[in-house]
Amino acid sequence: MNRLSFAIALLTIALTGGVGRFDAVAKEKPAAVAVYGDTVHTMAGPPIENGVVVIVDGRIREVAKAGEATIPAGATVLRGKVVTPGLVDAHTAVGLTGYLNQEQDQDQIDHGEPIQPELRAIDSYNPRERLIEWLRGFGITTIHTGHAPGALVSGQTMVVKTVGDTVEEAVIRPAAMIAVTLGDDARPDGGDSKTKSPGTRSKAVAMLRGEFVKTVDYLRKQQGADDEKKPDRDLRREAFAEALAGRLPLLVTVNRATDIDAALRIAAEFKIPIVLDSAAEAYLLTDRIKQAKVPVIVHPSMRRAGMGETENIGFETVATLRKAGIPVALQSGYEPYIPKTRVVLFEAGIAAANGLAFEEALASITIDAARIIGVDDRVGSLQPGRDGDVAIFDGDPFEYTTHCTAVVVDGRVVSQSPR
Amino acid sequence: MLDNEPLTSRYQGRDFRLTRRLWPRREGNPAMKTPCAEPLPAAFAAAMLPGMMIPARLLCLACVATSFAFAAVSATGPALAQDRPVAFMGAEVLPVSGPPIPAGVVVVANGKISAVGPAATTPIPADAERIDAAGKVIMPGLVDTHSHVGGGWGGDASGPMQPDVRILDSINVRDSGFRKCRAGGLTTLNIMPGSGHLLSGQTVYAKLRRAETIDDFFYHAADGRILTGMKMANGTNPQKEPPFPGSRSKSAAIVRQKFLKAQDHRRKIEAAKGDAAKMPDRDLEMEGLLDVLDGRVIVHHHAHRADDIMTVLRLREEFGFKVVLHHVSEAWKVAGELAKARVPCSVLVVDSPGGKIETMDMSLVTGAVLEREGVPCALHTDDPVTDSRLFLRSAALAVRAGMSREKAIEAVTLAGARMLDLHDRIGSLEPGKDADLIILSGDPLAVRTKVLQTWVEGRKVFDRDDPDDRLFAVGGFGSSRDQKAHACCTDVRLSETSR
Repeated sequence: MNRLSFAIALLTIALTGGVGRFDAVAKEKPAAVAVYGDTVHTMAGPPIENGVVVIVDGRIREVAKAGEATIPAGATVLRGKVVTPGLVDAHTAVGLTGYLNQEQDQDQIDHGEPIQPELRAIDSYNPRERLIEWLRGFGITTIHTGHAPGALVSGQTMVVKTVGDTVEEAVIRPAAMIAVTLGDDARPDGGDSKTKSPGTRSKAVAMLRGEFVKTVDYLRKQQGADDEKKPDRDLRREAFAEALAGRLPLLVTVNRATDIDAALRIAAEFKIPIVLDSAAEAYLLTDRIKQAKVPVIVHPSMRRAGMGETENIGFETVATLRKAGIPVALQSGYEPYIPKTRVVLFEAGIAAANGLAFEEALASITIDAARIIGVDDRVGSLQPGRDGDVAIFDGDPFEYTTHCTAVVVDGRVVSQSPR
Repeated sequence: MLDNEPLTSRYQGRDFRLTRRLWPRREGNPAMKTPCAEPLPAAFAAAMLPGMMIPARLLCLACVATSFAFAAVSATGPALAQDRPVAFMGAEVLPVSGPPIPAGVVVVANGKISAVGPAATTPIPADAERIDAAGKVIMPGLVDTHSHVGGGWGGDASGPMQPDVRILDSINVRDSGFRKCRAGGLTTLNIMPGSGHLLSGQTVYAKLRRAETIDDFFYHAADGRILTGMKMANGTNPQKEPPFPGSRSKSAAIVRQKFLKAQDHRRKIEAAKGDAAKMPDRDLEMEGLLDVLDGRVIVHHHAHRADDIMTVLRLREEFGFKVVLHHVSEAWKVAGELAKARVPCSVLVVDSPGGKIETMDMSLVTGAVLEREGVPCALHTDDPVTDSRLFLRSAALAVRAGMSREKAIEAVTLAGARMLDLHDRIGSLEPGKDADLIILSGDPLAVRTKVLQTWVEGRKVFDRDDPDDRLFAVGGFGSSRDQKAHACCTDVRLSETSR
């Protein structure tokens, strides 16, 4: 191979993920796919040595020892050292935030108002965003994405697969959570905002409580007998009503212990389900978090330390929380600069190197993540009936030098070049 | 082992380490010396008579003795010379300058490496302290060619080229970022001002000794000069309202005009032929640029896009300065030209492309392409863009994308040392070089490997078994105390995150 073709080959691997290019993803589902692995981590039981995952019509039909499964005739066959469920990124803003970081590809936040739960993620999502393809090449097949932290209530989130030409093709939960931020990041941006509030922590909590008090009133009036007195439809009230009904949890991005505590207080007052996000100092409040039965989607371990409210982040937080019995998942988070996204596979590697056992770390980006974002009936584990989402590696997935060699989503092979 | 361990006292529940300075400082530039790290206690100053001369080291001792409140409070100890040989026994030694030694020995004495070789054949001095490192890996301390740790700021908003400005005048050596660097195995940094100027000032090459003041970090040339670089940048970062440039062509024109002025200044100096009366007035800006034009100082040039890289090559051709290209997101597009020009590149390795338009084609493959084309290649952290504690991860990700293990390890050690022109002192484990080394729990490129100890000039500056050090290795409450974020690229979005 001459120099140029070598360079091009490498670039093909690193830049495009081979056939993982968006326009190259075949629309029609293959009849069947059989994925053989020296080790298959099902996340629904112990790992299977020398196992196979059989996918028919986009769903998993069988997971078994290689010799014991029925392989349909004509099945596409893939092989690898390590086979895992398609990976799940429990929180990102990719698809709303784009890789160019220019005004036209940044829809993850609207700074016009501090409280906008009515903003739907599906109305901003760009399924052709290059960062989605980038993540998919590392085996990430499901992402919980949407409005980013940075306003008191920035909007809704959703769950999508990392494929599809339209959001309708990609989405599996169009409304997953309402993104709330407490602490310093909840303050409106300097000159950009029409409002000065919330300017303090107490004000942010007061404003949020005020919204729920109003929503309780709204619901009471709506349920009154007299149609004349019923309030007009209000998208903001409707979104908060979903939270009060327990259908749309609050995803509360907090870092300082003070703010974690405030989030738990609001959840208890209005009996709203919440998920703590980022939670840099969660290790200071493990008892309270556990008692409140609140899961935590922990910040990227590589988030820039030494900056503001995340100054006390640690590599061992995931392990500490998990040991305390708190449900945990990992995330790539929202990045405002270079790199424009992190890769949740790498985050799990750092967690695995800092106190988590292999399967615990894998769970934090598969089944446990799927459970926290409410899609564990479809993704996060390899068992019959689940979506045909599989990631294949040529070694320990957490090693920096291992490659993700193939990715299958809904029974379609979407990448077959090592990344 | 060392008789200069800091005294430890508890005060209001915190450990205060009271440092004693009982030995003279290392030789350095006298102009840079400060008498004491902390202000003189008022009571002590009042007791002094006008004109009273007190040796600096006694003064510092007096500071400590006066009270806790006025003591030199430091989480580290003073920078002192090694006082007894140390022999690291039985580790797999990666000298970088040669093949790995499976069961090797490294002997260090007087701050220098005195021997490296197989355990069976390498003599150990009788008085050496022996450290059992069997099962571990020993390699040179890591060299980061591009860091922003220490809260330093270079040029201000007054103009696009500020060669008079030195980053060394603004660095806080107590910044916990330096402790994280040591925890990551870094022993030498090129600390840079930002890329928001065409020329944002002089960088400083910092040796991460235990430090009370910036003097303790310096490398010196034989003539006592502090070793520095010059930071330049092109592309979008320096573009803003006048007097800053508004386009790439304007950027190049401003740089060329300034260097022409420096050449004029040099002609005037030469014309004076040593006659003081005929010499032009001293001009700090011109002096900074002449250091570059005369090859005493290397330009460290930020450039992302391929055309910006080519612009740097053009300027180098015109003015003949030594240059290292940094970040080089699109170097893979012009690798052949870089090879022909033999211009070294220091590459930033990050998790994804994008973040700004210039980095849209950034790729993990850059290191592999440069290696293949024969372009000298180092890696850097650009901390805070990547975490110094995970510098070895950058090397591993480069290997993931096709770089060889040997070249990737060289890229975080010896290759970086060459780009700072410090390769005769650091970057490999060879007799005569500075005793800067790290002890790892295993393969340097494996995710679960830990940096166990970091040594600088034969002194241990990080020990993962010490709970105080461990905090900075793994993070947690208090791990970023005194750490200041540096808005490396004057990018509004980055500064937002530090709000």
